[in-house]
Amino acid sequence: MRPQSDGMPQPLLASAAASTASGDTAWLLAAAALVLLMAPGLAFFYGGMVRSKSVLNMMMMVFGALAVVMVVWVLVGYSIAFGDDLGGGLLGDPTQYAGFKGMLEADPDAAYPITIFAAFQGLFAVITVGLIAGAIADRTRFGTWLVFAGLWTVLVYAPVAHWIFDFSAGDHVGGWMANKLGALDFAGGTAVEINSGAAGLAAALVLGRRVGFGRDPMKPHNLTLVMVGAGLLWFGWFGFNAGSALAANNTAAIVFVNTLLAGCTGLLAWLAVERFRDGHATSFGAASGVVAGLVAITPSCGSVTPIGAMVVGIAAGAICALAVGLKYTFKYDDSLDVVGVHLVGGLVGTIIIGLLASSDVTSVDGLLYGGGADQLGKQLVAAGATLLYSFTATAILVWVLEKTIGFRVDPEHEVAGVDLVIHAETAYDLHVTGGARPHFGPGTGSMHP
Amino acid sequence: MKLISAVVKPHKWEDVRQALEAVGVNGMTVSEVSGYGRQKGHTEVYRGAEYDIAMVPKVRIEIVADDHDVEQIVETITKAAQTGKVGDGKIWVTPVESVVRVRTGDTGPAAV
Amino acid sequence: MKLVTAVIKPHKWEDVREALETFGVTGMTVSEVSGYGRQKGHTEVYRGAEYDIALVPKIRIEIVVDDADTEDVVGIVTKTAHTGRIGDGKVWVSPVDTVVRVRTGDKDTAAL
Repeated sequence: MRPQSDGMPQPLLASAAASTASGDTAWLLAAAALVLLMAPGLAFFYGGMVRSKSVLNMMMMVFGALAVVMVVWVLVGYSIAFGDDLGGGLLGDPTQYAGFKGMLEADPDAAYPITIFAAFQGLFAVITVGLIAGAIADRTRFGTWLVFAGLWTVLVYAPVAHWIFDFSAGDHVGGWMANKLGALDFAGGTAVEINSGAAGLAAALVLGRRVGFGRDPMKPHNLTLVMVGAGLLWFGWFGFNAGSALAANNTAAIVFVNTLLAGCTGLLAWLAVERFRDGHATSFGAASGVVAGLVAITPSCGSVTPIGAMVVGIAAGAICALAVGLKYTFKYDDSLDVVGVHLVGGLVGTIIIGLLASSDVTSVDGLLYGGGADQLGKQLVAAGATLLYSFTATAILVWVLEKTIGFRVDPEHEVAGVDLVIHAETAYDLHVTGGARPHFGPGTGSMHP
Repeated sequence: MKLISAVVKPHKWEDVRQALEAVGVNGMTVSEVSGYGRQKGHTEVYRGAEYDIAMVPKVRIEIVADDHDVEQIVETITKAAQTGKVGDGKIWVTPVESVVRVRTGDTGPAAV
Repeated sequence: MKLVTAVIKPHKWEDVREALETFGVTGMTVSEVSGYGRQKGHTEVYRGAEYDIALVPKIRIEIVVDDADTEDVVGIVTKTAHTGRIGDGKVWVSPVDTVVRVRTGDKDTAAL
């Protein structure tokens, strides 16, 4: 029994239920904040990977996406994703929750307030859009990027989120993948990873390769930033995955452990590939391997055992380490390997559920656990549908934006550096002389007479 | 012997390097310097405060060469580094009275 | 007067500095430069993409000296910077027309 602050003990059942609900709510609040941390984490991760002349722009694309996507999500995105289905399990009603209307009243029967659930989901959209920026680094107009961020959230993210995340309950009809198909995707292997990866590929193909791609050196300018970013992403990912349990309970705990393990084995597997293929295990490989493992465990964290999670990490770490070389073979400029890590990792994680799902953890057994190929088939359909829709819709959207307001930066500006041209800033002022003469205020020539 | 000094645009370094290798120049010193001239730099703005960044990043290439190689090297660099726009840089030649290769102690043309 | 320029391996800087100070050299300019030559640099691999890093860090030391000291200074640098392996660098001498000490306005030999 837990006494209230006035010293009067409350009945056990009511206080137990109240403390469970407040525990769920507290965890969801914290988890949402953790997911937000993944945005600056991604900004560092990507920022360190580009050349020093474009690090600020890369970070701006992620921060800008955060700002625009969240606003659009509240206005209409959440409603499309989680509103009552308009037919076929394809789209939710965009007016039902527009502007978060009707969501503010406290519900004593709910485990958590609907607003924090909606915010939590919106932050998933933020990360998904931010990931796409990595595919088109160094060559993208900032204003158009913000427009793209808003439109893509409405046209691509929200529908796919509806398909896989919106479960039917009572009168409410949700999306087709979650309900009619029965595909398993705990935290977004489809809606986030395959979605962003396919979109990144489409955008990279439509906008074209960077000036000097394949000839000029385009290597990470600050690997320490990349590692800091990977660390922050990992930390935030616990909110992303374990938060998707929507409860502070046993499932969340298992998901937490799986998320932890996949990052660990992802790192080891990527390093093993590097050591064997290139002769050196690198810090870049370590950071990449962690992320690859986390990408693949995102859909599978709620279906596999801890041993299964380790296998997921190994598969993703190894396969993605090999996949990132595809862009040189097929000559597409996926600048920061959104395809090699997020699309491929997302596919691995989503499909591997069909093999490794365990009824100790979830409702079905995968192929390797004696459950037959049924679930595997469902996973393949979900993965394929997401890939096709995302790629096609994004290609069209990017093409339209390029033709109307212009998406790609002038080649001369690209060579000069987007930090300077778009933001009039330099990230690193290492010049011994300071190198700048200030003039403040209107009409003044310089600070000193 | 002569010292050939060239100040060129950074993004031209790869072209210059390749062109020099093709004519047999196998050693040079490269440094990052700043140019200040007609190219005028750029302006940065931080919370409304404007800063004129007058210095423009350049690459300086220095080669100690035998007298009879000088003309070809200068021409090679000029052609490879040219963009036609302000800020392309300059190349100049100064006399070198003696040169020593530290590893072997060789002097004169054998050290170049 | 002469300008003695030396490009040497960075880890030899302390040895060279000490030897020059012992000899009586009171001032020099030191810069970080890159060497490009037979030392060939190294290869870095980023997610499977190989990059040839052709530039090798070096230290450049510049000393304006009296004609009489030139040979000694060249000898000291050559000896102390020596390792015997490729990439040890070069030392060369060029003529200097005038030199001025900024603090006092002293010229030529008085400025050294």
